[in-house]
Amino acid sequence: MSAAPLPRVAVIGNPNTGKSTLFNALTGLRQRVGNYPGVTVARKSGTCDVGGGRLVELVDLPGLYSLAAVSPDEQVVIDVLLGRHAGSAPPDAVLVVCDANNLLRNCFLASQVAELGLPAVLVVNQADVARERGMDIDTDLLGARLGVPVALVSAWRGEGLAEVRRHLAAALAGGARLRRVEWPAAVAESVAEVAAAASRDTGKPVPAALAQRLLFDVSPALAESLRWGEAARAPVLRAARERVRRSGMNPPAAEALIHYGRLRAELEGVVRGASRPTRTAAVDRVLLHRFLGPVAFAAVMLGLFWSVFALAKLPMEAILAGVDWAKAAAAPRLEATPMLQSLVTDGILGGVGAFLVFLPQIALLFLLVGLLEDSGYMARAAFIMDRLFGWCGLNGKSFVPLLSGYACAIPGILATRTIEDPRARLATAFAVPFMSCSARFPVYALMCSAFIGPWHGPLWESVAMVGMHLVGLLVAVPVTFLLTRVILRVRPAPFVLELPRYQLPKPRDVLWRVGQSVWEFIQKAGTVIFALTIVVWALTYFPRDTEVAERARAAALAAGADEAKAAAVAQASLVESSWMGRMGKALQPAFDPAGFDWKLTVGVLASFPAREVIVSTLGITYALGEETGADSEQLREAMREATWAEGPRAGTRIFTLPAILALMVFFALCSQCGSTVATLAQETGGWRWAAISFVTMTALAWLAAVAVYQVGTALA
Amino acid sequence: MVPLSQLLPGQSGKLVSLNPERALDQRLMALGLIPGMPIVVVRRAPLGDPIELRFNETEICLRAEEARAILVDVAADCPLPRPPAP
Ligand SMILES: Nc1nc2c(ncn2[C@@H]2O[C@H](COP(=O)(O)OP(=O)(O)OP(=O)(O)O)[C@@H](O)[C@H]2O)c(=O)[nH]1
Ligand SMILES: [Mg+2]
Repeated sequence: MSAAPLPRVAVIGNPNTGKSTLFNALTGLRQRVGNYPGVTVARKSGTCDVGGGRLVELVDLPGLYSLAAVSPDEQVVIDVLLGRHAGSAPPDAVLVVCDANNLLRNCFLASQVAELGLPAVLVVNQADVARERGMDIDTDLLGARLGVPVALVSAWRGEGLAEVRRHLAAALAGGARLRRVEWPAAVAESVAEVAAAASRDTGKPVPAALAQRLLFDVSPALAESLRWGEAARAPVLRAARERVRRSGMNPPAAEALIHYGRLRAELEGVVRGASRPTRTAAVDRVLLHRFLGPVAFAAVMLGLFWSVFALAKLPMEAILAGVDWAKAAAAPRLEATPMLQSLVTDGILGGVGAFLVFLPQIALLFLLVGLLEDSGYMARAAFIMDRLFGWCGLNGKSFVPLLSGYACAIPGILATRTIEDPRARLATAFAVPFMSCSARFPVYALMCSAFIGPWHGPLWESVAMVGMHLVGLLVAVPVTFLLTRVILRVRPAPFVLELPRYQLPKPRDVLWRVGQSVWEFIQKAGTVIFALTIVVWALTYFPRDTEVAERARAAALAAGADEAKAAAVAQASLVESSWMGRMGKALQPAFDPAGFDWKLTVGVLASFPAREVIVSTLGITYALGEETGADSEQLREAMREATWAEGPRAGTRIFTLPAILALMVFFALCSQCGSTVATLAQETGGWRWAAISFVTMTALAWLAAVAVYQVGTALA
Repeated sequence: MVPLSQLLPGQSGKLVSLNPERALDQRLMALGLIPGMPIVVVRRAPLGDPIELRFNETEICLRAEEARAILVDVAADCPLPRPPAP
């Protein structure tokens, strides 16, 4: 390996043209791809061999239609192209990816990129689709007109990659630049003027390409990111634009008119043959029909969640059985060292096992969402839902983040980057953690299967499960409404979304994505959850005051209990006198109005870093020391038996219907996920909104739990 | 010349003007929506908004609110009051 950094090539192009697919094909990496404009929201590097062992660094970027960047994902591209990331220079070349089916529009971005004067290669992708539609693209002619080598590619099928590599190698060896448009003199002079003034005011050289953006862009986003103050830039830009206007052009419209005018001529004769319409229009006549459309939408959403629960049942039971088997196998071997036995069976197997059980569900959810996305339906769902979301100050583009939030809030929050309006984006990111992510599922499943099922039958069990998945959504609506209308005062922001062509989902892409999320989940189980489980176990195990246990045992025996019962009582007293037990007891009064005893309080406290920990914590606190550890049936049994030890409710059951509902509602609403809070802070540019989200969600969770318990108990 | 928002589903026209002082319209121009471009209103969303437009090879959705500032010349074979029954 040479010490010199590899030459860098930026992959840019319109959204959904296949940049990430091409990137994956060239680098062998597995960036996420999907048939929705805005799948990639951050840059990602990989190395690619351009022939003869020559390596280059390829940078996959979010898609954009124009260098007049508005949303944060688009600004990422500008920053990379201008080399404004800390410690990085502009790329050595650009790979401009175009959709063969829409060359004119795709070449607009290429014309803008031409102004940067970087060596370039043009990729005309999705050639297979174009061919099927009867289009015949003359790449030599296109190359001659635009001034750079052109490769006809089907990134998905891997066709044309060798040509891309060859062209890239040539481009890096001092290759051709995209031909620039001839700007009228007035534009050229104005650009020079802006460049000089901006360089002077900001103290940093502002290249002509950047100055051109400042001249043309209506949105002040770029000027602000340069820290070119409003007061300094306004007179300069006004004068420069006035000059353009005097020469007979409307400055904000000039760029598009000039580029499109030239491209019309240059693309003449490049695409031959008819372009037959795709089946998309016919499918949309049904799926976006006034009456059938909403019906189809509801059916898709119901089908999605129903399948997640129905199909995951068997594999979940298999995993549970496996974990129980492992515990049963481990317990006798470790009998000689009770502490180690407890650590392995109660702590590690109990905790991590309880978490892994939800793997099938997560895999299924990602599979189904992936299939929907790759088919092209997500953009349609956004189209259908925009009006409803608009009432709460969000917009159609909030749909994908919110739906992803049902799997996990983190990808959901990241997906908000495609929303242009900063306040609508913030509001969406704020709403995402309310969606019932898959980590909340364990606690619902435990409570419903231990109590509601046996008490009221399977129908009510399902109703409760569905209801819990809706609680977050139902609370998020008024909260978001308040936030957007009263606090942020979001004005209805424009909503422009491209509707991609439908396609049959590509199994490879979807399965990659499922595999990736499953792997991430397993890693989380192996690291964060594993560590937290051990911490909880240790806090519950130590300090092991055997004297207290002995006294409790003797008291139980004296009261006429049998040997087994007395041992259990002794165990319970050990838990009670542990660090965690003391902590739970100290804080229990805060949760008393919600009907939580000190053990539940321990569970709630332990779940703040990651809510998945609740089930294993309850396993440890309610059933520690039972013969085979905290397997789920035993845990359910122990919870059903649990009664209040003291206070006005002494002797009555802890887990009454109101208490169970209160606990589930608490988990549905509470912000108990360190990674989500950190992601929110990262995406909203500071801890302020992360803190607001944490406090709001936790306070709402407590209030709702108290309300449910108090009202429920009063009615019962 | 009528605002795009007044076109009924199925109607088509030619773009006359938009308001490039708005960042949104500048974006639409970048997408190829420039004066003279033939444009079709494909449908409205089931709840009445947004509307789906097709021009060139591009299909996008846009809210009626924003489409109000966009003026089009309705195609001669597609008179305003009612679109021909599909
Ligand atoms: N038929 C066909 N489909 C392709 C080809 N390349 C990409 N696709 C599909 O086009 C869709 C978009 O692909 P991506 O690679 O995610 O596109 P992107 O440009 O990275 O999109 P953004 O990250 O959203 O900007 C996916 O569904 C791909 O499977 C191709 O060569 N042929
Ligand atoms: Mg991508």
